[in-house]
Amino acid sequence: MSQPVHRRDAGAKLGMWLFLATELVLFGGLFLLYAVYLARYPHEFAAAGREMHLVFGTANTVILLTSSLLAAMAVTAIQRDERRTAVFCLGGTILCATVFLCNKYLEWRAEIGLGNYLNSPRLAAGPPGESVFFSLYYLTVGLHGLHVLIGAALLALVAVRVQQRTIHAGNYALLENSALYWHLVDLVWIFIFPLYYLLL
Amino acid sequence: MPTEPNKEQVVSYGKLTAVWAGLLALTALTVWISRLDLGVNRVWGPLTIAACKGGLIIAFFMHMRYEGRLLRWVLFVALVTLAIFIGVTFFDVLYR
Repeated sequence: MSQPVHRRDAGAKLGMWLFLATELVLFGGLFLLYAVYLARYPHEFAAAGREMHLVFGTANTVILLTSSLLAAMAVTAIQRDERRTAVFCLGGTILCATVFLCNKYLEWRAEIGLGNYLNSPRLAAGPPGESVFFSLYYLTVGLHGLHVLIGAALLALVAVRVQQRTIHAGNYALLENSALYWHLVDLVWIFIFPLYYLLL
Repeated sequence: MPTEPNKEQVVSYGKLTAVWAGLLALTALTVWISRLDLGVNRVWGPLTIAACKGGLIIAFFMHMRYEGRLLRWVLFVALVTLAIFIGVTFFDVLYR
């Protein structure tokens, strides 16, 4: 393996980590908003938090952790030149992402059924803190869901390229960096889960 | 384990699965303690566990344990920046 290829991969990984740093600050800003409003409206947040569905939240946590494991295994597989295992793991990750989004759809449908949507008559008539809680919930979880969608699309592209052998043991920077992105999606959810489903 | 400078570290399937099992155990623990009445720790308990889970993912799944100084600094600077944002905001909000 020649030196320049490795150096280019190291550069790609550095670029990915710099991008992930900006993502951390983006979601960190949303968590900060949550913390400030929690300090201002503790009782309203507690009342709104009790309407969250813990079962959906916990199931989605387990699904995302498993998807992250599969993404990490795909990297190990490609490093060992086990092409079939890599494609299988990537497929598993994408399947987990799909199940996650289906759960999200069911959860939002249940939430909207209860009258907890932006500018709904119920929230407009209720105390201001509850509508802030649901605004932040839909914004944060919606942005996270968008990341799930983008990550799954990226991993599907990677799986196709592994299948076509353009990603292999000697050149797998795209797979590695896509997996890093996927782990960030998981990392963000790990903080969304206690904040919105557990604390209150 | 010493590694060659340009050689990528390969994390075994067994180790990754062990980390995953640890993450699931921490998830069960956080759901369990959130159902208890812990007062102030009701907020800090689940957040501490979340930080531990995040640490495991960054260290093993994201290979940070095996990376050089440069990437560790990138992560460190990002986290410190976030901590400053949060600290300064609360310094304002709490003492208004």
